[in-house]
Amino acid sequence: MSAPARPESLARLERLVAALAAKGLVSEAELAAMQARTDRASPEIGARMVARAWLDPAWRALLLADGAAAAERMGVSMAGAPPLGVLENRPGLHHLVVCTLCSCYPRAVLGYPPGWYKSFEYRSRAVRDPRGVLAEWGTALPAGTKIRVVDSTADYRWMVLPMRPEGTEGWSEDQLAALVTRDALVGVALPQLPARAAA
Amino acid sequence: MSAGPAAGPAARFAPGARVRVREDWPERRRLPSGAPSCHIRTPHYLRGREGEVQAVLGAFANPEDLAFARPAPPRVLYHVLFAQPPIWQEGAEGDTLLVEIFEHWLEPADAPGQEAA
Repeated sequence: MSAPARPESLARLERLVAALAAKGLVSEAELAAMQARTDRASPEIGARMVARAWLDPAWRALLLADGAAAAERMGVSMAGAPPLGVLENRPGLHHLVVCTLCSCYPRAVLGYPPGWYKSFEYRSRAVRDPRGVLAEWGTALPAGTKIRVVDSTADYRWMVLPMRPEGTEGWSEDQLAALVTRDALVGVALPQLPARAAA
Repeated sequence: MSAGPAAGPAARFAPGARVRVREDWPERRRLPSGAPSCHIRTPHYLRGREGEVQAVLGAFANPEDLAFARPAPPRVLYHVLFAQPPIWQEGAEGDTLLVEIFEHWLEPADAPGQEAA
């Protein structure tokens, strides 16, 4: 079998990078550094920020006031990164993040966005039918909860601070962080106790 | 270079202000070549819609200029809250949309609406 054809999009990307480099707008080294930073990031960073907020009121206040400062405090380099805003879920209010214009995502603390986040389907439906989207994810909000869809259109990047699940009293930061998935940080899911712990 | 807020003009609107997104469709104006003539960050579904300023997010270099490598003066960016069901004629009462909108796309809600060019 012959090797699969090289996608045209890759050739186009290389031409774009070459053109930007020729104009002195970006260097290969800068691109490599940015890629390395995103490679290092993962939802585990965001999960730890959330777990700490559940345990430490002062940290929670910092996280909500200035997400980028909180990330820096955790050792994440935010230089050159967009400001990070954190959206606090509370009884009666649930946040769902989408970028209808493209795929803005808090890469510094969550890493690369998943494919579905960039899909036309998610981007068009999240703003129009958020309840249908959550239902398809199997995410059931408590009765009476209002949904606030946050369309990430400009210079901020947004992460959700979910509510701490009941039944986690006395848990450590590590235990709590393990409950916080990428999907919960975007708002399509809620932190869930493992089945055996919840039994 | 930091991508954070820049020093910029004072905010025209305060949190709580009722505002309307300008009913403007610059993407419909084309260059002689037929290519789109603009880059905008204001979603189409909000044009002409009324909302409430929830927060002033700071001033940022205008992406509409940055996209064309023009000088990009800082513009004030707001977080604006909209009732969600009226936009789509469907949805659940009380659900909302919270969206970043630049000041030059906003007008006071009690001002006469601007017709599309």
